[in-house]
Amino acid sequence: MSRIQTTFDKLKQQKRKALIPFFTAGDHDPALTVPLLHALVEAGADIIELGVPFSDPMADGPTIQRASERALKHHVGLHHVLDMVAEFRRSNSSTPIVLMGYGNPIEAMGWETFAQRCAEAGVDGVLTVDFPPEESHETFAHLTKYGIDPIFLLAPTSTDARIARVAKQARGYVYYVSLKGVTGAGHLDLAAIEQKIPQLRKHIQLPIGIGFGIRDAATALSVAKLCDGVVVGSRIVQEIENSTEQNVVANVSKLVKELRLAVDQA
Amino acid sequence: MTYNYPDSSGHFGPYGGIYVAETLMGALEELNQAYEKYRHDPEFIAELNYDLKHFVGRPSPIYHAKRWSQHLGGAQIYLKREDLNHTGAHKVNNTVGQALLAKRMGKKRVIAETGAGQHGVATATVAARYGMECVVYMGSEDIQRQSPNVFRMKLLGATVVPVESGSKTLKDALNEAMRDWVTNIENTFYIIGTVAGPHPYPMMVRDFNAIVSKEAVVQMPELAGRQPDAVIACVGGGSNAMGVFYHYIDMPGVKLIGVEAGGRGIASGEHAAPLTTNSPVGVLHGNKTYLMQDENGQIIETHSISAGLDYPGVGPEHSWLKDSGRAEYVAIDDDEALRAFHDLCHFEGIIPALESSHALAHAMKIAPTMDKDKVLLVNLSGRGDKDINTVARLSGITL
Repeated sequence: MSRIQTTFDKLKQQKRKALIPFFTAGDHDPALTVPLLHALVEAGADIIELGVPFSDPMADGPTIQRASERALKHHVGLHHVLDMVAEFRRSNSSTPIVLMGYGNPIEAMGWETFAQRCAEAGVDGVLTVDFPPEESHETFAHLTKYGIDPIFLLAPTSTDARIARVAKQARGYVYYVSLKGVTGAGHLDLAAIEQKIPQLRKHIQLPIGIGFGIRDAATALSVAKLCDGVVVGSRIVQEIENSTEQNVVANVSKLVKELRLAVDQA
Repeated sequence: MTYNYPDSSGHFGPYGGIYVAETLMGALEELNQAYEKYRHDPEFIAELNYDLKHFVGRPSPIYHAKRWSQHLGGAQIYLKREDLNHTGAHKVNNTVGQALLAKRMGKKRVIAETGAGQHGVATATVAARYGMECVVYMGSEDIQRQSPNVFRMKLLGATVVPVESGSKTLKDALNEAMRDWVTNIENTFYIIGTVAGPHPYPMMVRDFNAIVSKEAVVQMPELAGRQPDAVIACVGGGSNAMGVFYHYIDMPGVKLIGVEAGGRGIASGEHAAPLTTNSPVGVLHGNKTYLMQDENGQIIETHSISAGLDYPGVGPEHSWLKDSGRAEYVAIDDDEALRAFHDLCHFEGIIPALESSHALAHAMKIAPTMDKDKVLLVNLSGRGDKDINTVARLSGITL
C-alpha cells in the first residue's frame, strides 16, 4: 500500500482531516529545505507538497512566483529537489512527499528517468500542473510503473465528463482548486465549494484535498469540514519570505501548528 | 488541401496539444466549440470579410521591389504588403477574427499579451471597434523599447499593464495574461497574438492569418506570371509566417523559409532561434514545441533587436514543418536585419518593421545567388514606424 493511501486510511480511522502544506524547494536557500520538511512533519503535516522551481509558473500568483525566482537564483533544479527528498527520507519513512510543478523540467530530464529517480528518492506522488489528463498518457504510464501516484487537479469549471475522466486516471488523492484564479488569490467562496463537492464525490472514490486561497486557520477549518485534506501553499511561502534564515523554521512551525489545531476541529 | 493539421486533439505530429492547468480546460473547450461552430458559419464569414475589406483595407497588395532586386543583381523580390493594413501589421487579421468570435460568445472583455506592441495595438483597435473593455499585458522591458505603441494602445482606450516578472518580455506578458484569464474566465476572451498557446489557438490564429497566402496565390500569377520559388517570413511565435505559408504548403515547388532572430549571433548564445539551433523539445504556454531552455528545463532569456521576435519558443506547427522537411528555418542576426532595414528605406521608400527586416535580410542574402528570373515572395509583415526610436538609438542619434 502506498504511503499516501496509508496516511489517508489512518486519518479516516481517527476521523481527522489531512493537513497538506506546500512550499517551494530551495526557497529561500537550498540548505533550508530538508530542515523545513522535518519541521512541517513535527508541526503536524500529514503530507507535504514540495514545489519544483520553474521559470514560468503560469498557474501561480505572485507569492509562489517569487519563491520560484528565489530558488532559481540558487540554480535549484529537479535533480536537486530529488536529492533533497532522498535526504529527508533517511530519517522519515512515513510522511508522503508529493512533487508539484510544471512539466518542462521533467520533460528535460525524461519521464522514465524521472519516475525511476522519484522511486529511488522516496517521492510518493507527482502533480504536474500543466499536464491535464489529455496530455498525460505517457507520464501516467511511467509514474505508475514505478509506483508513483499521478495527482490531478479539478476546478470549479470542471464538467461532469472531465471529473469522470480524472476519477479514472487519478491515484493517491484529487486536488480540487477552490477558486477561479491563481494560487494565493483572495476570493475563496465556501458556498461554491460546498455546492461542487457532491458533484465530485459522484465520480471520485479517492480522498479529495482542497487548496488555493486558504490563508488562515479559520478558513482551513471551514474547508476541512468539506473534504479530506486541506492544502496550504501561498500562506506558508509568505511566511518563509517574511522570515530570516534564523527564524524561518520556527515561524513556519508556529503557523503550521495553528493550522493543525484548526483542521483537527473539523 | 491535402495538408490536414492539427488533428482533432490539437497536435501537429508530436507538437502542440493542450498543456494547461485544469482551471483553463473548461474555457478552452468552450472556445474550441465556438470556433468549430462559427468558422464555417456564412454570417460570421461575411462579417469577418466585410471588416477585413473596409476596416483593415484588404486585400493587401503585392509589390515588386524592382530597384532593390536590380541592386542585389539576382532573384526578383516581391513583398506582400501587410505593412499597409490598418494598424500597420498582419496582427489585425487575427484580432478582427477573434474579437468577432468573442462577440458571439458574449464576452465583453478582451485581454492580450504583446511584445513589440503590434498585437496589443491590433487588439486595442478591435476592442474599440466592437465596444469591448481591453487589457494588454506587456513586459516592462518592451514598454521601454516600444513606447509609441504603448501610447497608441492608451489612445485606443486600452489599459496597458507592465509585467515585471521574469525577463520582463513577451513570454512573461503571456504568463500574466494567462493568470488574468484564469481569474476572469466568465467574462473574458483571451486574444492570443501568435500561433502558439494551447489548442485551438495555434490553428485558429493560423486560419485568421491564412488570408495572406490565400490572396498571394491569386496575386502572384497576376503580377509575376507565376508562383514564387520561395516564400520567406520572419518567425518569432510565427503567425505571419504561418499566414503566408499556409496555402503554399500543398505546392511542393514553392520553398518555405522561416527566418528566426539570430540576435548577437548564434555562437553568442544571445538569440531567439530555437528551430535553427535545434533546441530541445519542451512544454511552455500550453503547447509542446522546440524551446530554448537550460539543462534543468528552465526557460532561458532570449535576445533580439526586435521585440516581436524575442520569444524562446515557436508555434508548434513550425516545429512540425521543420521535422517534416516542408519548411526550412534559418537565422538572421541583429546587424544583418538592420542592413536590410536601411536598404528597403533607401531603395524602395518603405520603412519595414525590424521583425520583417529579418525576412528581408534573408532575401537579401540569397537573391544574389539566384538567377534573375527566379522569384522570392517576402512577407512584409509590418511597418517600421514603431522602430524608429530603436534604430535612431543604434545609430547614435537622439530624436
